Amino acid sequence: MNARSRRAHRLLRWLPSVGLALWPALASAHLVTTGLGPFYDGISHFFLSLDDVLPVLAMAALGGLQGAAGGRRVLFALPLAWAAGSLAGWMAGGPAFTQFVPALSAIVLGLLVAADRRLAPAVLLGLSVALGLLHGWMNGAVIAATNRGALALAGIACSTFVAVALAAAAVVALRAPWMRVAARVAGSWIAAVGLLLLGWSLRG
Amino acid sequence: MKRDPEPQAAVRASLAALLVAATLPALAHVQQGQAAGFATGLLHPVSGLDHVVAMVAVGLWGAQLGTPAIWLLPVTFPLVMAFGGFLGLVGVPLPGVEVGIALSALLLGLAVAFEWRPPLWSAAVLVGFFAIFHGHAHGTELPPGQSGLYYSLGFVVATGCLHAIGIATGLVHRWPSGRLALRATGGLVAAAGLYFLVGAVA
Repeated sequence: MNARSRRAHRLLRWLPSVGLALWPALASAHLVTTGLGPFYDGISHFFLSLDDVLPVLAMAALGGLQGAAGGRRVLFALPLAWAAGSLAGWMAGGPAFTQFVPALSAIVLGLLVAADRRLAPAVLLGLSVALGLLHGWMNGAVIAATNRGALALAGIACSTFVAVALAAAAVVALRAPWMRVAARVAGSWIAAVGLLLLGWSLRG
Repeated sequence: MKRDPEPQAAVRASLAALLVAATLPALAHVQQGQAAGFATGLLHPVSGLDHVVAMVAVGLWGAQLGTPAIWLLPVTFPLVMAFGGFLGLVGVPLPGVEVGIALSALLLGLAVAFEWRPPLWSAAVLVGFFAIFHGHAHGTELPPGQSGLYYSLGFVVATGCLHAIGIATGLVHRWPSGRLALRATGGLVAAAGLYFLVGAVA
């Protein structure tokens, strides 16, 4: 089998999966709890909150673009900061500035991914900690306001760890130049969504 | 006899996708209108032909200009389009939006038809300039009760996909006959732009 037919074979292999993935059931993501306890509520809260997921993915991609060491830095710094921030938010409540945080996080991190510049390790670490503390704080305040157990915070922090691990590893593994460009394009899309989100936030 | 691993992998991937597709609805949140917002945003850019031809033309032109324009132009467009949407959302008026959109199709089509090769920065500025009109016109049309965030995501993803279609089509540029076909496609885009321009001015 030559390289060309192997490539065609590989593409064919994914066709059924792509076809089925394009035919999903309607996801009605609107209830308060999963019924599986606060830990799983935390997991579902994170993965269904796009305003948290997008900046986390951008941060993970930014770490991955810096190489394996950068990815590892984000992998441990972000969830730990998230856990600390959420605990603080859970105990102290929500500050007033949170309205614009998701949009600004998406804009800044998305643009950094799109730019694909080499960052100093301290800058990468600082961004991870800032993102974790701010978003974690908001999560903690929301969880406290809805009277859910603190275990939900652990679910959220674990989710961020898993999301960062998967996304950063995927980006670190990119070898072909066009795949790296694809990651940068994804960053620009995240920044664009953040800009529109900022508009929606200002509009009220 | 050793079995071929490729069909096995295909079966495994299909089963996994089938399980994903057959999942029950995820019930976990207090927000509303996410799915509808995303669907509206995703469909919005493809609902207007003026939008579609201009965004596909960005991809065509990028492919024709080659690296780095092939990815720089499609990165510039959604970002500046989002800025146009932002201006619309905060109430900054922009005159001649429909004329701007029609002109974008006309000029980008002409650029492809005549294989115009300006400096990279000026191509990016031209594309970015027109993106503001597209964003201002369409980035803010959210039906009541739907999620603005998910609408924005759908809108940006759809725009990117239209660019990708343009790029994929524009790759025919590497063959002599494809090069001619690409220029002819640019001519068609320009003709459509002229039609929209007449409609916008009249």
